[in-house]
Amino acid sequence: MRDRLIFASQLGFTLLVAAFLVVPVVLSITAGVTVNYFRGIQSGVTLQWVVQVWNLYAGEIGLSFLIAFATLAVTLVVGVPAAYGLHVKGGRLSRVIEEIITLPLAIPGLAIALALLLTYGGFGGFRQSWLFILAGHVVFTMPFMVRSVMAVFASVDIKTLDEGAASLGASPWTRFCNVIVPNAMPGILAGSLMVVTLSLGEFNLTWMLHTPLTKTLPVGLADSYASMRLEVASAYTLIFFIMIVPLLVAMQMFAEKGETK
Amino acid sequence: MSHRNFIWICLLPLVVVTAAFFLLPMAQLLAVGAGGSRGVSAYLAIITEPRYRATLINTVVLAAATTIATLVIATIAGLFLQRHRFPGRAVLIAMLTFPLAFPGVVVGFLIILLAGRQGLIGAITAAVTGEKVVFAYSIFGLFLGYLYFSIPRVILTVMAAVQKLDIGLEEAARSLGASPWAVQRDVVLPALGPAFVASGAIAFATAMGAFGTAFTLATNIDVLPMLIYTEFTLAANFAISAALSIGLGVIAWAILALARSMSGGAVAAAG
Repeated sequence: MRDRLIFASQLGFTLLVAAFLVVPVVLSITAGVTVNYFRGIQSGVTLQWVVQVWNLYAGEIGLSFLIAFATLAVTLVVGVPAAYGLHVKGGRLSRVIEEIITLPLAIPGLAIALALLLTYGGFGGFRQSWLFILAGHVVFTMPFMVRSVMAVFASVDIKTLDEGAASLGASPWTRFCNVIVPNAMPGILAGSLMVVTLSLGEFNLTWMLHTPLTKTLPVGLADSYASMRLEVASAYTLIFFIMIVPLLVAMQMFAEKGETK
Repeated sequence: MSHRNFIWICLLPLVVVTAAFFLLPMAQLLAVGAGGSRGVSAYLAIITEPRYRATLINTVVLAAATTIATLVIATIAGLFLQRHRFPGRAVLIAMLTFPLAFPGVVVGFLIILLAGRQGLIGAITAAVTGEKVVFAYSIFGLFLGYLYFSIPRVILTVMAAVQKLDIGLEEAARSLGASPWAVQRDVVLPALGPAFVASGAIAFATAMGAFGTAFTLATNIDVLPMLIYTEFTLAANFAISAALSIGLGVIAWAILALARSMSGGAVAAAG
């Protein structure tokens, strides 16, 4: 009897926490498709707000995807070889480099954005273009890619595989493409999902780095929260959920697969 | 090409990118912070200037409150979810963890929907008591936002730590006559210590530096990121905003580094 009571109260508490997280999301989705949120859902269901958001903010959404995939490309090209190099080289220098590239996880985005602005703000062409935001996103997401790939290297004894291929006469480049990358694939995929998800939702850096011509999806979100009616802001949030939730689900599935291995 | 050279070629792009877009800018930030009318003492302004010090204290108190509340909530829920199997458990876990990567701005908006002028809590309280309760735009709204942000992350860490606990220890304690509460207090909670330190540090550092949620709830909440933002954009006070953000960065980094040395695991904040 007492056990049941404890179980019920714990379950009740956990349900309450879940409600705190889920109810606002449900409110936001409802508001995004309601004709008039003040009058409630009885006023009718509509997609007019979603359409309006699309007409107003399609550019922002497109730019966000451009930046997310460009960030992914850079972190792949730069991060995957670097993870291999750091793992194989080892030693003090590698640890220092790893520490430094991990720093952007600890330092608030606002500080990194100010640093970039104060350094490159004078370079008009660069400052005005979306590449400026790309630079910030690359710095912020790089540690996720590098560490995700290095985690795989730590578990599959890449050195033996690498040396085996080398003893058969394969050049470093061939080995990298045919031995290292295929073996690192789970880490590369997990890192890629992380990088794209983080880049699509990044606000702290982007708000400081953007210009009126280089607004991203979350910058547009903040805009709509400040200046649009609640239904439009909710519809925009709804569009964001539709884009980000599949990525989150994929990430979760990856994490579970990694655990059961 | 030798193996050694190939390794260096692998590392070179990362070194160049990090130097150009992180190390050089941070050095510049450090220089600008010391280059204002106050000189190097700008770095002490965060403590010596009463207005900045008040904001710093505000931010630290808020972050600490968020951390403690999150740890308590996540431990109760995480222990429960890991120790019981019941229908709907997987759905419940999914509900508790899916907001993991919501940006701060979105979390701010969700808090407005919950406790803002047209919010759910306002509507309910107006119907029940006749008085509309609105607190989204106050420091309590920000607290709720940070709570929303950190709960999923900490629950995941706690659940993973509970899974690794040796259940035999608890059974031993119980067979020696310890009450359920004593088992929790003397066996389970101490064993979860490293997980508390690690996830608590992340929650704290994130709450210290989070900008998006405060920005959306806007108005006049006095926290460090908002202060830096207004000093930079409205007052164009570059030196002070640079010095303050270095201070904020050092605090966040130090908390995480301390937690890492205590818990032995990798610890990182999230935006």
